[in-house]
Amino acid sequence: MPCAFAQSTVDEIAKYRAALQDGNPAELWEARGEALWKQKRGPKQVSFEQCDLGLGAGVVKGAYARLPRYFADADRVMDLETRLVWCMVKLQGYSEADALKNPFGSGNEKKSDMEALVAYVTSESRGAKMNVALSHPKEEQMYRLGEKMFYFRGGPHDFACATCHGEDGKRIRLQDLPNLTGTEGAQKAYTTWPAYRVSQGELRSFQWRLYDCFRQQRFPELIFASDASVALTMFLARNANGVAFDAPAIKR
Amino acid sequence: MNGRESLVSLALLSITLGCATAPSSEEIAANAAAMLKSSFKANGQASLDRLKQDETQALCSQLAGKPPSKEVAARIEKINRDAIKYPADGKLLGDWKNGEKIAQEGRGKQFSDDPAGPVGANCYACHQLAPQELSFGTIGPSLYQFGKLRGYGADTQRYAYGKIYNSEAYAACSNMPRFGHSGILNEQQLKDVTALLMDPQSPVNK
Ligand code: HEC
Ligand code: HEC
Repeated sequence: MPCAFAQSTVDEIAKYRAALQDGNPAELWEARGEALWKQKRGPKQVSFEQCDLGLGAGVVKGAYARLPRYFADADRVMDLETRLVWCMVKLQGYSEADALKNPFGSGNEKKSDMEALVAYVTSESRGAKMNVALSHPKEEQMYRLGEKMFYFRGGPHDFACATCHGEDGKRIRLQDLPNLTGTEGAQKAYTTWPAYRVSQGELRSFQWRLYDCFRQQRFPELIFASDASVALTMFLARNANGVAFDAPAIKR
Repeated sequence: MNGRESLVSLALLSITLGCATAPSSEEIAANAAAMLKSSFKANGQASLDRLKQDETQALCSQLAGKPPSKEVAARIEKINRDAIKYPADGKLLGDWKNGEKIAQEGRGKQFSDDPAGPVGANCYACHQLAPQELSFGTIGPSLYQFGKLRGYGADTQRYAYGKIYNSEAYAACSNMPRFGHSGILNEQQLKDVTALLMDPQSPVNK
């Protein structure tokens, strides 16, 4: 057992190094996302350049570092993905079901436009200081809901996010677990997603990270762009305020 | 508008007004329930009733990471201790070799797991046990030499079995799953992992 583990770790580190030398493959997703952003799409043949991510129609630079936020037109607090879905429905004329489908890619056969768009938009916040406001009461409320969700224990294992991410310096097997209840841990984790996962050969969004941690938590499946996903994103993004966003990153 | 309706609309109004200032904790609680309901879907064996909390889960969640008060801790430990079922045959130790397999196995109960496949306890995710296994986590304390250090007597056996069956009976709001209580492991598996800790021949005690 230990031997098998050591070998696969070595393999993984080798793959990781090789990937770093060639630059971050996340750039492929970013480029595809930029093209999708500018393309006229959907039944209404409109591009995302009319989509307001919070800083005005079509403004992408720095937008992600201020999300989630309250949008008056939707009367809802939205993270990036929820907002993109909203623009696809309201501006581009997609049905909600079409806008929500295929949020996470898998290989060449099933590429996800959503993940590419997320890669592009987030890349345009690289270097921007995290600055998520709680000025609207619904923003404050979303943050507090996220905090509740973070400590919510359930399922056959009694797990909550806090079980694995509530203390400094812990690990599960050999994997280091960030303490996401403190500023420093939240900053380090939040500002490095999305990430190209070497082990999966995929770019993964923060929505995916939440989906997969809930899976490990033995919860039912987290619905993409649901309130719980936005609330947890709000909780962690806000706790990451003050440092520069630095993703898409590359991870094991 | 009859009296009842106006009362309802008054209540609604106060909720809306409450919203415009700061959300109250009752409001957050109500919205949290709605959020849970709308945010998950059943997937295979991971059904929605996994979101229904028992008293222990609800009490521990409310603490938001802080340790429970003496009273709350005593309540949680009591209800969980009362719920422990010891084997009818009185034997608490099974086969440590099988216990080691169960302690290594990380699969089970995730929606991505085969419902007919193995369900493990993944003790190594959180604990050091046998010294040969270097890939162990640190969420819980090291259990290396557990039996050797505590003694192999009946009381320690009973504690070890009970702890694995229901960790909340001994440490309220522990991060350790209740393997017997929640039906993760069956009785034979519980005996096998107890043996991993308590059998003098187990590598844990070498
Ligand atoms: C059973 C343990 C477990 C639970 C419960 C859990 N996680 Fe995780 N989480 C992990 C592990 C393990 C990793 C690291 C994965 C890796 O490195 O591949 C991780 C990684 C993360 C990361 C990325 C950290 C980084 O620096 O890249 C975030 C963010 C995160 N989890 C959030 C959450 C949230 C929010 C919840 C609750 C919905 C949660 N986790 C529940 C085990 C868990
Ligand atoms: C998710 C993490 C986790 C898993 C998995 C886990 N434990 Fe634990 N365990 C803990 C924590 C945290 C503690 C310390 C708090 C407490 O006593 O409950 C603990 C405590 C214990 C103790 C008490 C130690 C003492 O000094 O009295 C025993 C015994 C134990 N675990 C055995 C096991 C066994 C056997 C397994 C597998 C069947 C297991 N644990 C799986 C987290 C875990």
